[in-house]
Order: sequence, then structure tokens, then C-alpha cells
Amino acid sequence: MIGDYTYSEFFSILAMQGFAGLILFSVFVLMALGLAIIFGQMGVINMAHGEFMILGAYVTYLCSNFVSNYAPALFPIYFFVAMALAFLASFALGVLVEWAMIRHLYKRPLDTLLATWGLSLVLQQLYRSVFGAREVGVTLPDWLMGSVALTDIVEVPINGLFVMGLTLAITVAVYFIMFRSGWGKRVRAVMQNRIMAGAVGIDTRRVDRMTFGLGCGIAGIAGAAFTMIGSTGPTAGQLYIVDTFLVVVFGGAASLLGTIASAFTISQAQSTMEFFMSGSMAKVLTLLTVVIILMLRPQGLFTLKIRQ
Amino acid sequence: MNAMSNPFFTRSGWLYLAILAAILLVVFPLALDPFRLNLVGKYLTYAFVALGLVLCWGHGGILSLGQGVFFGLGGYCMAMFLKLEASSPENTAIQSTPGIPDFMDWNQVTALPWWWEPFRSLPFALFAVIAVPVIFAFIIGFAMFTRRVGGVYFAIITQAVAAILTILIIGQQGYTGGVNGITDLRTLLGWDIRTNDAKTILYFVCAGLLIASLLLSQAVHVSKFGRLLIAIRDKEDRVRFSGYNVAAFKIFVFCFAAALAAIGGAMFTLQVGFMSPSFVGIVPSIEMVIFAAVGGRLSLFGAIYGTLLVNYAKTSFSESFPELWLFAMGGLFIAVVMAFPDGIAGLYNRYLAPHIARLLGTMRKRDAEGHSLANPAE
Repeated sequence: MIGDYTYSEFFSILAMQGFAGLILFSVFVLMALGLAIIFGQMGVINMAHGEFMILGAYVTYLCSNFVSNYAPALFPIYFFVAMALAFLASFALGVLVEWAMIRHLYKRPLDTLLATWGLSLVLQQLYRSVFGAREVGVTLPDWLMGSVALTDIVEVPINGLFVMGLTLAITVAVYFIMFRSGWGKRVRAVMQNRIMAGAVGIDTRRVDRMTFGLGCGIAGIAGAAFTMIGSTGPTAGQLYIVDTFLVVVFGGAASLLGTIASAFTISQAQSTMEFFMSGSMAKVLTLLTVVIILMLRPQGLFTLKIRQ
Repeated sequence: MNAMSNPFFTRSGWLYLAILAAILLVVFPLALDPFRLNLVGKYLTYAFVALGLVLCWGHGGILSLGQGVFFGLGGYCMAMFLKLEASSPENTAIQSTPGIPDFMDWNQVTALPWWWEPFRSLPFALFAVIAVPVIFAFIIGFAMFTRRVGGVYFAIITQAVAAILTILIIGQQGYTGGVNGITDLRTLLGWDIRTNDAKTILYFVCAGLLIASLLLSQAVHVSKFGRLLIAIRDKEDRVRFSGYNVAAFKIFVFCFAAALAAIGGAMFTLQVGFMSPSFVGIVPSIEMVIFAAVGGRLSLFGAIYGTLLVNYAKTSFSESFPELWLFAMGGLFIAVVMAFPDGIAGLYNRYLAPHIARLLGTMRKRDAEGHSLANPAE
């Protein structure tokens, strides 16, 4: 017996908190993947990353409305189309932003931070003007509703499982794109030595633009996934941006494995502690621990061994 | 490195100082009604933060996105003293525990926490206004700069600190007043700070302190330390290899900026009459950076004019077109980075200053950097 709980109840609670943590983990990973590509590979701070995610969420919302009004037969599978459209919309906006803004600022990372913050304010207000200040939600198809009972007490929601599966698929895809494709090789070559990469015939500007676009596109998919577990408002992106940056920095900026490991650590720590204390104190303690560890180990958990 | 031959101000610098002092101490008080003057006083409290950012970010290259933390800590230290004075047992007789601040009573706190006790004394509170933020800044600065963390990492971590402190203040509402903050502040040693007369006097105190802070910042800027700061920004390794302790310089300037922000926060509390976490978090902290950026990140005078201008624009936009304000603010961030990295002061130096110099015939030799000049016509 622990307090008023039997052991089986206690472990069930731990399992359910752990599962809540896994959903948070999925959102962190999806957001952090895009950010890790942009920040880790290009050294660009994109404070508007959350707004790219929200763009994906709004695209999904529009798709959901469109399909349920005009093509109800397709409703069960609309989500996959919505995800592709969310990716394309965020990708296109990302390429545009890179062309108009970011490419002029590669030598001034701190200024990129301020400029993209400005962009995030503009996008937030744009969403508010177009979609209204109230949060919107999408209707899930039937097969994503409900939950699976694992034991008498432990139940896991299906949409959470779906988001986790999606996260896994996207992580694997990013791994193959970055580390197993010719394109990824070019990206990494540009990151490690821009001048040499240019000298061997890589169009570094094009690589920059596509990398930024890809990072934003992944944010768009993250937004599409986000609609399944929460509602979307104009400022929802800003709530996650600091956490996500901490995830990326804590994991070691250029390491995919590090990003995943740190997203896992932070999300599990937070959701487990939430059971023992108030949500805000859990968050304070988690963030504080991360900040203190970063002060002691600024390079993050995992680092690439390359010559600087 | 001719620090000795570097005058405190050039002749035009003294002129700019005189114009600024005239605007703040004569023009505004005569031209504005007490309500508007109080509003300007509120803007001026942000100018303290902007002054610190000019030294820390413009000259030192250290972008802190957590200045709201120090502004807030200074403001909260002041607010705690004022709140305790307003919560005398007579004033709070209807509470279940008289003599403690009202929000504690609402949150079933029955005794004053120990760390509130010292704030009954004004000297301690004034000391804490500076000391608490500076100690906090020292801890952050020491941990980061001695490990050579800088640039964007420093910016992100200070931003995280701002987020943490906001969540903490909101979460612990029994001890901090939560999301409403510490409100209903009435008197300072029996002197009612809510009357128009008191607000006018506080405005003059604030403007005087701001000019003193400007002079202090200028003293730092023209000293050998100020030169080294710019050298650290431009070529940190070279300064380190010349035998200087780079971390110590960075820690000092970060603490200095924190102290200025804290004075601003305390003056904010006195003039506005409350303090809340909405002045601590990520959004206000990054807005404070834009005040300095619009004025010109290298110019102390520019920081003050930039703060006044952005806040004036914010107030008038929010009054008439609230939905446009975020567009304007976002556009301002983008424009000031892409098109005018040196802000108003940069534009002034490039286009107006030469004409004025010719007109007046006074500027015999321009300050080598031309940093500390700004547009007095704003």
C-alpha cells in the first residue's frame, strides 16, 4: 500500500501518467524535429516556428470542414490529405520567409531571432483576423475516437496512439532524409563547411532554402497532429516555443538522437511530477532542472564530434 | 585605445543632454495633463531597461531576453513594501487574518511568510530592489559566461528563465498575488501615491533618476571598460588572449543592466500602483529589446527616445485600432532588423546630424564612433 492506493492502482496511475507523458513527448518531438533541422543544421533561430505549426493546424481544420460539408464519404481518411496539405502550406510559407527575410540575416543570428519574433506576431494577428480569436477544433473520424482498455483501470485513447505512430513514422522519415539520402548529405555538408560544399558544386543557397522549408513543413505536420489532441487558437504556438527550444538545446543542437532523448526526458519528467504536485510547479521544476543542467553542460546531452 | 583623451560627452553630446532634460523636465510637465504625464512616466520606466540593453546588447553583444525578470523583481520588491504598508491590521480588519496582504487571506495563508517580513522596512526594500535582481543576474551570468555560453544560447536560456519566473509567480498565488499581481498599493510612509500631485512628483523623481542613469551609463561607456566591452563584442577571443577576464566584464555589464531594469521596475510600481507577472514574461521582455532596437541599439539617447516612441505608438494604436497593433509591432521588429539596424539614432546620424552640424557650426570634430548621438527632435 502506498498512501491510499494499492500497488496495482499505483502502477496503473504511473502507467497512465506515463502515457500522458508519451503524448506530450510526441508533440515535443514533432515540433522539435523541425526546429532541430533549422537551428541545428543552419544555426537560425526561428521564433515563428510555433506559428508554422499553427498554420498546419488551421489547414487541417479547413480540410475537416471542407470534407464534412462536401465529401462526407471521404471523411474517415481526410486526415492524411490534410496532413499533406499542411506540410505543403508550411513548406511554401517557409521557403517564402527564407527568401524574403532569413537569407539576408545568416550572419546575424541574434537579429534573426528578433525578425522571426516579429513574423510570429504578424502571423498570430493574421490568424486572429481570419479565423477569429476563439479556439477551433476538428471533428475526428469515428475510428480515431474512443480508447483501448489495457487492464481494468488503464485505458489509452486511440487518437493518442495514432499521434505516437505518426511521430514514429515522421522521425524515421526525417532520419532517412537527413542521413540516408543524397539531399541530406548535401545539407550536412553545407552545415559542416559551407565554403567547401560550395566549392564542390553544391548550390548552398538552394540547400538553405530547402532545409528551412523542410523544417517548417515538419512543423506543419506537427500542427496537423496537434489538432487531434487539442484545440487550435491563434496563440497556441507561442505556448510551446520556449519548451521546444529548450528541448533542442538540451538535446544538443545538431543531434537527432539527442533531440528525441531530451524530448522524452523533459516530457516524462513533467507529466510524472504533475501527479505529485501542481502542474505549474511541475513545469517550473522541469524547466529549472533543464536550465541548470544547460548551465553546467552548455553543449547539451549529445554532441557531434566535429572540428569547429 | 585612447581612453584618457575620450571626453565624457562631445560638445554636441552635452547639447543632446540639455535637450533631453528640457523635454523630460519642462516640456512634458507643462504640455501634458496629469494622466498623460503619468503615462509618460510609465514609459520612462521602460527606458531604464532600454539603457541597460544598449550597454549589454548593443555594446557588449549579449542579447538578454530576460530583462523583464529584473524589471519584475525590482518592481515586486517595491510592491511588497507598499503592500505591507497598505495591509495594516486596521485596514484589513475584515479579513480572517488581519495584517497580512489581502491575496494571502483569499488563498488561506494565515501567517506572513518569513521572506516577506524584512520588507516591512523601507531601507531594506530599497536595498532589495537593487540587490535581489543583481544577485540573480550574477548567478545567471556567472554560470553562463564562465562556461563561455553566449549568443543565441544565452538568449534562449534567459528567455526560459523569464518563462519559469512567470509560471512560478502565477502558480504560487498565495505568496505572490498570482496572475493579478500585487495590487491596491496606497501609501509610501503615509504619503498617498495615488493623488495627482504625488504622481507628478514621482514623474520628476523618475525622470531625474533616468537622467542620472543615462549619465552613469555614459560614464561606463566612455571608460576603458566601455571600450573593452565593444572589443569583446567584436573579437572576444582576441580580448581573452590579450589577458583580460572576458567573463568578468560580461558578468558586470549584465548585472549593471539588471540593476537599471530593477530601478525601472520599482519606479513602475510606484507610478502605476501595481505589479503583475504580465511585466515579467517572455513577451514583455522581448518588447523591451525592441524599444532599444528602435531607438538604436548603440545609442543611449536613442534608447530613451525609442522607448517613448514605441510606447506612444502602442498606446495610441491600442486605443483606436487594437487589431492593427500586433501587425505594426511585428512589422517594426522586422523593419528594424532588416532595414534600420541602428534605429532612429542611426538614421539621425546619417541624414540629420551633418546638416545640423553645418548649421550650428559647433561640431568641430565628430565623436569617432558617433555612437552616443540621437535625434533630439523626436
